[in-house]
Amino acid sequence: MSTKTKKGTGGTLSVLWQGITRSPSGFTGMCIVVAILAFVFLGRFLVDHDNPTDPDALWLPMSGEHWLGTNFEGKDTFTKLVLGGAEPIWVGALAAAITVVVAVILGALAGYLRGRFDDIVLQATDITMTIPFITVLIIVASYFRNISPLMVALIIGLLTWPFLTRSIRAQVLTLKEREFIEAAKLQNLGTTRVVFVDILPNMAGYIFINFIIAVTNAIYAIVGLYLLGLLPSTAENWGLMIQQAWQNSAYLLPRALPFLLAPLAMIALFQVGLVLVTRSLEQALNPRLRER
Amino acid sequence: MSVKTPAPPASAPPPTRLRRAGRVALRIWRSYAFRRFRRGVLVVFIVTNAGFFLMRAMPGDPVDVLAGQISQRGVSPVEARALAIQSLAFDPGAPLWEQWWDYFSGLVTGDMGTSVTQVGVPVSEVIMKVLPWTLFSVGAGVTIAITLGLLFGMVMAYRRNSRVDHALSLIASILGAIPNYLIAITLVTVGSTLLGVINFLDMRGRYGQGVQPGFNLDFIGDALYHGILPISTYAIATIGTWMLVMKAATTEVLGDDYVTVARARGLTDKRIALTYVGRNAVLPLVPQVAIALATVIGGSILVEQVLAYEGLGLLSLSAVNNRDYFVLQGVLVITTSCVVFTNWIADLIYGRLDPRVRVSDVEASS
Repeated sequence: MSTKTKKGTGGTLSVLWQGITRSPSGFTGMCIVVAILAFVFLGRFLVDHDNPTDPDALWLPMSGEHWLGTNFEGKDTFTKLVLGGAEPIWVGALAAAITVVVAVILGALAGYLRGRFDDIVLQATDITMTIPFITVLIIVASYFRNISPLMVALIIGLLTWPFLTRSIRAQVLTLKEREFIEAAKLQNLGTTRVVFVDILPNMAGYIFINFIIAVTNAIYAIVGLYLLGLLPSTAENWGLMIQQAWQNSAYLLPRALPFLLAPLAMIALFQVGLVLVTRSLEQALNPRLRER
Repeated sequence: MSVKTPAPPASAPPPTRLRRAGRVALRIWRSYAFRRFRRGVLVVFIVTNAGFFLMRAMPGDPVDVLAGQISQRGVSPVEARALAIQSLAFDPGAPLWEQWWDYFSGLVTGDMGTSVTQVGVPVSEVIMKVLPWTLFSVGAGVTIAITLGLLFGMVMAYRRNSRVDHALSLIASILGAIPNYLIAITLVTVGSTLLGVINFLDMRGRYGQGVQPGFNLDFIGDALYHGILPISTYAIATIGTWMLVMKAATTEVLGDDYVTVARARGLTDKRIALTYVGRNAVLPLVPQVAIALATVIGGSILVEQVLAYEGLGLLSLSAVNNRDYFVLQGVLVITTSCVVFTNWIADLIYGRLDPRVRVSDVEASS
């Protein structure tokens, strides 16, 4: 049985890989994402982490010494750009992982068990979906004055699971009527075994796509929190750069523009890359979409 | 969702008037619309409770904020605290359950309490000062996005796999991916500094300084002028999603038999596109409009912060910062009821249009 599951996920993987490499936009998206990941996670080993405040070098324009100029404190913008990407990306990925784990467990069990459990889960998704997400995020963020990135990930993860829960539940509802699940049930294999070994691997590709979508949502939220000035301003973070640039009216000063536009472009490009990847993956998994 | 159809009582006793009325009441109580309504009220209640307790669990309370303001005028901290407690319309020292009862019993009669920071002003007044602005900017932006999105989506579906379709699909995906507040920043930066076509310092806020709010041409023109940035932000940020959704919906309809039959009957392409394809493609999107409005209003807080547009979003942000319990609870009540009841109405409309929804939501996925 275990070999069969492995083969199943291997099949999904190769379908996904083909979906990316064969679609021009998907391939571009993947290149953008990989390039930004390399820039962020390899770049931090190549730049000098020491980035002192220099009152004589405020808002310097782009030059050979300061590739993207300097910011309002005289710090090198390029160094900040390299160092500032790690946090939004790993917090986004962690938050997305929490969302997906919660959604998969609740959605799969609700769809499979139905009855009372299903009712409760549906009710809970109803309530969580109605809560104004950003407002609650703001309340919680100001609750913990020095909130750690880990907590941010946890909060975002715990507030965004309902949408995915619903669609996974709907998929399980249709999957569980199929013959191979009937067969598994007749063998008396037990609920956890049927749900997690027989049903879920069939949705691996779909879950993976939703993980990427969850990453984009989480990055939206964490950058937004920085923009509202609700997270500690000590870390290196693209969101914080945008907030500081905006607060100091950097948009009015042409030579200060890199400090505002560089992190903005990085976030926008990363989001666009992820979305292009998900679209080509969706088409690969669901050939009917290709004709649409 | 399993549906229990009301079973007719097995042995019907002689129908008296009272019994008949009771049965009608039971029928209403069990009807689809009313079941959804009860659920909506429950959701609003739970969300308001969450806001109530979360706010009170936060470090610092309105007394601290008010006392801080008062002591800036040269009053000693102890006196400032006493003054602050006096000026509050509620007793911050009362036990939590008493505050809870006071608030929710007031809420039932429509009384949302008074603001803490703007001493003595009813919350409903505070909210009504900003709500129209958010509704105006979000509503106009989303309307533009939906109208253009549906149009482009239909064009894309008709020209499937053409160059136009590929280009528009790409643009739609890109627009849908970029966070709305980044779009606002980009609009301002590109428009003011790089192109020099707009003057952001002049366009911030909801209306110009010298303009009197009122029903006159000056004010309306000025409000529209200040609305350009938020409205175009909301429009650009949401149009991509609508284009893609409409394209998928139209493509689905184009394959249906009745379209083929309409063609065979020799109807003009325009008539088929509008009355046959367009109408049937748009119908399933009705519930999505309500959800979309809710998400955009929720995300308005970030756009309003960037553009300094004093709407509901900025109000809730300042309410959190000033620990203005009642204003924040009021905002939560208003926004969640808006979301819940527009959803409810959309569901009812859609349930009339497509009876399958009332029975089950299983098919939606397959």
